[in-house]
Amino acid sequence: MAKSAQKKARSVTLDATGQYYREMNTEVRELARDGCDEIVLDGINGQRYIADGLVEKVRIVINGVPGNDLGAFMDGPTVIVNDNAQDGVGNTMNSGKIVIRGHAGDVIGYGMRGGKVFVKGNVGYRVGIHMKSYQDQVPIVVAGGRAGDFFGEYMAGGLLVLLGLGDGEGAVAGNYLGTGMHGGTIYVRGEITEHQLGSEVREFPLCADDVKMLADLLAEFASDVEVDLSGVEPDQFKKLQPFSHRPYGNLYCY
Amino acid sequence: MPGNMVTSEFLVNVDHERCRRCKRCILNCGFGVFDFQNMTTADSSKCVACHRCVVFCPEEAITITRNPLAFREHPSWDVDKRKAIWKQAQTPGMILTGMGNDLPWLNVFDHLLIDACQVTNPSIDPLREPMELRTYLGRKPDSLKVERDDGKFKLDSKVANNIKLDIPIMFSGMSYGSVSLNTHRALAIAAEELGTVMNTGEGGLHKELYPYRDHIIVQCASGRFGVHSEYLNAGVAVEIKVGQGAKPGIGGHLPGEKIGKEVSSTRMIPQGTDALSPAPHHDIYSIEDLRQLIYALKEATGYKPVSVKIAAVHNVAAIASGIARAGADIIYLDGFRGGTGASPAVVRDHVGIPVEIALAVVDQQLRSEGIRNWVSIIAAGGIRSSADVVKAIALGADAVGIGTAALIAMGCRLCQKCYTGNCSWGIATQRPELTGRLDPDWGAERLINLVNSWSLEVKEVLGALGVNAVESLRGNRERLRALGLDESTMDILDVKPAGR
Repeated sequence: MAKSAQKKARSVTLDATGQYYREMNTEVRELARDGCDEIVLDGINGQRYIADGLVEKVRIVINGVPGNDLGAFMDGPTVIVNDNAQDGVGNTMNSGKIVIRGHAGDVIGYGMRGGKVFVKGNVGYRVGIHMKSYQDQVPIVVAGGRAGDFFGEYMAGGLLVLLGLGDGEGAVAGNYLGTGMHGGTIYVRGEITEHQLGSEVREFPLCADDVKMLADLLAEFASDVEVDLSGVEPDQFKKLQPFSHRPYGNLYCY
Repeated sequence: MPGNMVTSEFLVNVDHERCRRCKRCILNCGFGVFDFQNMTTADSSKCVACHRCVVFCPEEAITITRNPLAFREHPSWDVDKRKAIWKQAQTPGMILTGMGNDLPWLNVFDHLLIDACQVTNPSIDPLREPMELRTYLGRKPDSLKVERDDGKFKLDSKVANNIKLDIPIMFSGMSYGSVSLNTHRALAIAAEELGTVMNTGEGGLHKELYPYRDHIIVQCASGRFGVHSEYLNAGVAVEIKVGQGAKPGIGGHLPGEKIGKEVSSTRMIPQGTDALSPAPHHDIYSIEDLRQLIYALKEATGYKPVSVKIAAVHNVAAIASGIARAGADIIYLDGFRGGTGASPAVVRDHVGIPVEIALAVVDQQLRSEGIRNWVSIIAAGGIRSSADVVKAIALGADAVGIGTAALIAMGCRLCQKCYTGNCSWGIATQRPELTGRLDPDWGAERLINLVNSWSLEVKEVLGALGVNAVESLRGNRERLRALGLDESTMDILDVKPAGR
């Protein structure tokens, strides 16, 4: 029998209406260091750098649209955004989770090495550039809608999943998909034509492990971003991978 | 048909009368030149003239000479150009090279002369009088407010964090991966002892070196290798590497062969994969984007100074102004003579401008805009001696960075083969039998000796100039004169010709 009394979960709500990001982030940082379990930020309107470099396992709920570089260099927290997000979400993130219950902007998950970023709606350009995995750290970005150009460029590891839901016609992602990719996997549901793919990328058949992994991931995504995914099945995805891990092995002579 | 049309650059000669067949040369050569079949034999085609065998041969039995093979002279088709064509006709690809630019471009430092006091104002003897070399790097306030409180004076202005250097010389960024861990250890030990800083380069910081945190600048480059919250806080400042003097505008490529277990765990990428640094940071396409990353890093580090390293390029003054206005605390200017572990020769040798020029125009630009105090300027990429240090400071640098000079102190012979990973001196290699050759304490001692020697020389020159602090020389171009520079270069440097 565990004798120790469960520490009472502590939740603090801050009203950030009109507050300058530096002061607000200092408050958030101090609360996280003090062992606060949940920080609710109300009245957010474009404040940048929320949760940057935070290493505590705190849960941060954001009501409003946070500014750029949400969760950059983040290493542990869970961030829930009950609205859209802007550019640079999860920049060079190491671990933790960011859930966006709206759309997100450009450069999501740049250089990300671990953790998850879930976006309910569309994402912009340059999403998942140079994501990389290391040992048990496998970064995952899932977007429910569509994506712009350069999705997964330079990708070295991790998973990018694009569901292609919502309005829109034609291809679900832009051009230069996976250009320079040398690791990781991109799963795309919806129309993609050959000319959109980077020259290092090819479509591979889904295997049983992919289907199981996708089923689990989709269930987690649906529950986090609060979306009904009936009709979305793992076997509807195209699996894109690089066919060389050394795409630039023959560039040089000595 | 001949397999290889490129003739040997050097000839290795073993004097068999002196050779006592100890085979040390075989063990020492990282390039596999030597073999033993009844006697020591040498394959000259593999020799890079790194002199490891020569230095370690107990009998001085080995000599290396430039291959005297005559080529028909041609003023525009020099031998190196012909050799490059033979290589590329044989194997398609860019010619890869290491270390700094080896073409004989004009060196501006070598055309600048330093002033001294005579008769009308006395020089200072640094042996008898204190000489201040201490330098603070970072943003300085536009003005200071001092309050008088109960008869005591109190600073009433918020001052940004600065880095304290006991000497205006720091070690430039060289990544763990391009150089060995023992090289990083030597740099860290020396930086601590000297009261200065080393820079991690873009390959992360090995856990073992975290205790040197007060003497380390951590770098964040486009590949974001080994960059995480703990790492960002493991130094006194963070540097955003935008460009490198040896290869402006292009990314990095550490081949999978150099990514062993330790490099893999420090860079946090799988063993044996290529570590590709994209040419740009894909989250920086503008000065506004740069500002965003600068402040993201400040937020993540409790507002440590942020340095932005750029290669010296044609439009450097305007770019530097943007960097200062983006909120950087330090601008690190890397000239086109800066070293590299690997770069296409075409870029190393033909792209960028000298740091002397870049430094002068950046200092001038920031002064004219009234924002010079917002940033400190580091000049690097071609600092070879204490004279270069003094001239760089007079041209406007707050401090200088040395990379190649530091490696030469530890044994590097400038063979320019860093990219092969075969460095016989144990510096630019990850092969365990080679890295063990560089004893970090020995390397650190040599770095400390070198930098202390330069410090003595800098003090001596300051004394001759009649000033007792490096601060008094900073940006003081009146104390420089040019010899053999053209009008427009002197105008750009804002330096008068000798005799005027």
